Amino acid sequence: MKRVNLVITIPVFIFLYLPMLVLAVASFNTGLDVATFKSFTLSQYANLFRDQTLLRLLGNSVLIALLSSFIATVFGTLAAVGIFSMKGRMRRAVMTLTNIPMTNPDIVTGVALALLFAFTGTMLKINSILGFWTLLIAHITFNFPYVILNVMPKLQQMDPDLQEAALDLGCTPMQAFLKVVIHEIMPGIISGALMAFTMSLDDFVISYFVTGSSFITLPVEIYNYTKKPIQPKIYALFTLMFAVILILMVVMNLLQARSEKQPRLHNEKRRMQA
Amino acid sequence: MKSKLLACPYIVWMILFTLIPLCIVFYYALTDSVTGQFTIANLASIGNYLPIFLRSIWLAMFSAVICLVIGYPVAYFIAQCKPTTQRFLEMLIMLPMCMSFLLRTLAWVAMLEDTGIINNLIRAIGLKPLPLIRTNGAVILGMVYNYLPYMILPLYSVIMKIDPRLIEAARDLGCTPRLVFSKVILPLSGPGILSGLTMVFVPAVSTFYISQKLGSPGTTLIGDVIESQFKTAYNPNLGAAMSLVLMVLIFICVAVMNRFGESDGEEVIAKV
Amino acid sequence: MKKKLFCLLLVCVLAVSLMPAVTAADNEITVYNWGQYISDGNDGSLDVIAAFEEETGIKVNYLTFDSNESMYTKLKTGGTTYDVIIPSDYMIGKLIEENMLEPLNFDNIPNYQYIDESFRNQSYDPANTYSVPYTWGTVGLIYNSQHVSAADAASWNCLWNEKYSGKILMFDNPRDAFAIAESILGYSLNTENEDELRAAAELLTEQKSLVQSYVMDQIFDKMQRGEAWAAPYYAGDFLTMVEENPDLAFSFPEEGFNIFIDAMCIPKGCQNKEGAEAFINFLCRPDICAANLDYLGYSAPESAAKELMDPEVTSSPVAYPDDETLARTESFGALSTQATQLMNDLWLNVKTTGSNTTLYIVISVVAVLAIAAVFVLMNVRRRRKKARRCK
Repeated sequence: MKRVNLVITIPVFIFLYLPMLVLAVASFNTGLDVATFKSFTLSQYANLFRDQTLLRLLGNSVLIALLSSFIATVFGTLAAVGIFSMKGRMRRAVMTLTNIPMTNPDIVTGVALALLFAFTGTMLKINSILGFWTLLIAHITFNFPYVILNVMPKLQQMDPDLQEAALDLGCTPMQAFLKVVIHEIMPGIISGALMAFTMSLDDFVISYFVTGSSFITLPVEIYNYTKKPIQPKIYALFTLMFAVILILMVVMNLLQARSEKQPRLHNEKRRMQA
Repeated sequence: MKSKLLACPYIVWMILFTLIPLCIVFYYALTDSVTGQFTIANLASIGNYLPIFLRSIWLAMFSAVICLVIGYPVAYFIAQCKPTTQRFLEMLIMLPMCMSFLLRTLAWVAMLEDTGIINNLIRAIGLKPLPLIRTNGAVILGMVYNYLPYMILPLYSVIMKIDPRLIEAARDLGCTPRLVFSKVILPLSGPGILSGLTMVFVPAVSTFYISQKLGSPGTTLIGDVIESQFKTAYNPNLGAAMSLVLMVLIFICVAVMNRFGESDGEEVIAKV
Repeated sequence: MKKKLFCLLLVCVLAVSLMPAVTAADNEITVYNWGQYISDGNDGSLDVIAAFEEETGIKVNYLTFDSNESMYTKLKTGGTTYDVIIPSDYMIGKLIEENMLEPLNFDNIPNYQYIDESFRNQSYDPANTYSVPYTWGTVGLIYNSQHVSAADAASWNCLWNEKYSGKILMFDNPRDAFAIAESILGYSLNTENEDELRAAAELLTEQKSLVQSYVMDQIFDKMQRGEAWAAPYYAGDFLTMVEENPDLAFSFPEEGFNIFIDAMCIPKGCQNKEGAEAFINFLCRPDICAANLDYLGYSAPESAAKELMDPEVTSSPVAYPDDETLARTESFGALSTQATQLMNDLWLNVKTTGSNTTLYIVISVVAVLAIAAVFVLMNVRRRRKKARRCK
């Protein structure tokens, strides 16, 4: 059984990584055609760093991803705690609201937001409403569900007595919330924030519908690039980003492995104190 | 308890930026593009695009099923590895999700084209080049490629949570490995299968980039048509009507799938 | 815990402060032009935008579109503004009609004097209040001489020739695509007659199964690499493509073809009109115009610039066809709103009709029935189980 699975797993990984390998090889190619490798060069990387616009757009993407995931994490966590204390119909209604952006296809979310912004723009007579703020609003909106759906299960797993114990031991409700609740659901918050960040960084479809001329993110510009004769420096950018994300992920993996040892110690300490 | 109030900013935000936009879509769908007057002509003309809706749904369903068939063994394999290997493999599955899907799709174009990498290889061997790109198969391949991680991750997280004692118990009671799989593991991974299918189906049915790049003029999908209404043809009203119908169709499809799994939507999506 | 949050906040603040200013700079203009339509410094050409920025200190935010229709949609949808746009003749007529353009202040555009008399006061802008010509050109058939015979390429019918099935590209915008069908059928390129438009649409539908894809700027890539063999496109771009792939050839089809002028305009709602006029003025300067068009391959509307250009380009019969060839041309005029709407609808139909429509419907109906049957069966079984349990 395990061997059968392995036989399937390996081709699947090749399947997932082969196109990226093709792009990485293309970034070292002197020719314009991906399909024929002419000779090795690093000039695409030099071109990339000379191209201020591409780097600025990457900066735009990172900025939007950071801000939107941060805001969504803070308010999403608060909201999750709030929703958790709701009961019955109210809770179901709010969860349905949360699920709308999840089950709605991106294109519908993008189109709906674009129409909303265009509508507000004409109402308020603002000519250039599409820009940084609309993009940020859109990203926060689709980031919220990732945070909430990651935090909710942790709240459900949390021992409700913990918070009461903290209150009994003289914590103010605020302290109890910050020191106990937040601490307990931290893994959920972190994974939600990370998910929101990556989704926001790589989002194309929604951004495509809500960007104006003043503020553009990298994926939208890449789409414009793919409509023209493609410039190989974009492959260089892809390869670099791949390397950076790979390193980040490995580092995070190692950190996680280390921190997993710590809580165990922590728990033991707690038990001993008790 | 005041903590309910904590959700207030969120609820206000979501109403402002998800419910109201949907109402505006509704409004646009029911008005005329030139005069702005109430009309059902947009919704009525959707009938013309029925084959496109059906084609999109079929291709997306087909890719979701393929994702399940090849994703399940992978998820199962990962779940059986050592914890450190597990984490590493999970990371390898997540990594493609962070990279620009536009460029990765473009890489497939470079491979599948008539003058692409695969056909160049075939020609080098001395065979006749194959018509790879601009077929339904190429579109399905693109969908499977792009959305496979969305299938593997929920499956993996569900399979991992299966209590190994259950499997042992089944074995002790005389189940063959095949029976263990079909009677214990498969039913327990039901929620993962459902959320995986949803996560693949929804973006696949509404994609426009994959079909633009890998499909032929004859394989237009509904996403292409909606995009063109908003980006080139300036008919947002027809586009809004199509979005509305697409949304309803997806809700029906997801509801049917969930009905089969007999589990509620909240839980299914939360598993991701 | 607080520390962590604080760190996150700090990272955000840092990111914000490190990023270039989010709001637009004071003296900035936004230019919205066709893709691949300005000399950008590649292959030792002049980087026009950089030269303009250096000379005037005005920053240029440069964006591109790939068809008149997508530009129009972007303007019409609103939410974003541009200072300079460069649409084609018929689109300018339409924009003027819909009151979407700002009249130009020609005092700020002294270089307008260099524009040849024959390119002023065109029918789309009779009093010449809204536009300054950028380039002009023709639409012809680009083909790969290795695979397509010159005899076939002499006519637009080449694009309907089954021999080249799957290797044909077609315009991805209704106006240019319809023009080709209308030429074949012998209609005016500006016909508003419903029957004629429908006949043209039918011809385009017939062609569909042979077409590899409907593209605009991707044509460069596909033709240069030999992925496609025949495509209608703008003559100026052929000159760019043939440099990469010498097998490519160009023909002016015998049925007639479109001649166009692309001109610079300022749309309503622009943020920096003076900057925009400075940009237009800069592009009209003969030396800039010459360097720009040398690179682009499109034809110059200024004789003064033509003298400064590479003689190889100005003597090219593709960029500057003789009068006999030009006699076969027809320019686009603005169509009425109804005719445009009809053309858009027909074009959407052309692009969406599939080959095996009925098949999909039949399969779907069967599938829906099957799902329903399974549903009923499941419910029956469940009820039976329950009944058994109750016993």
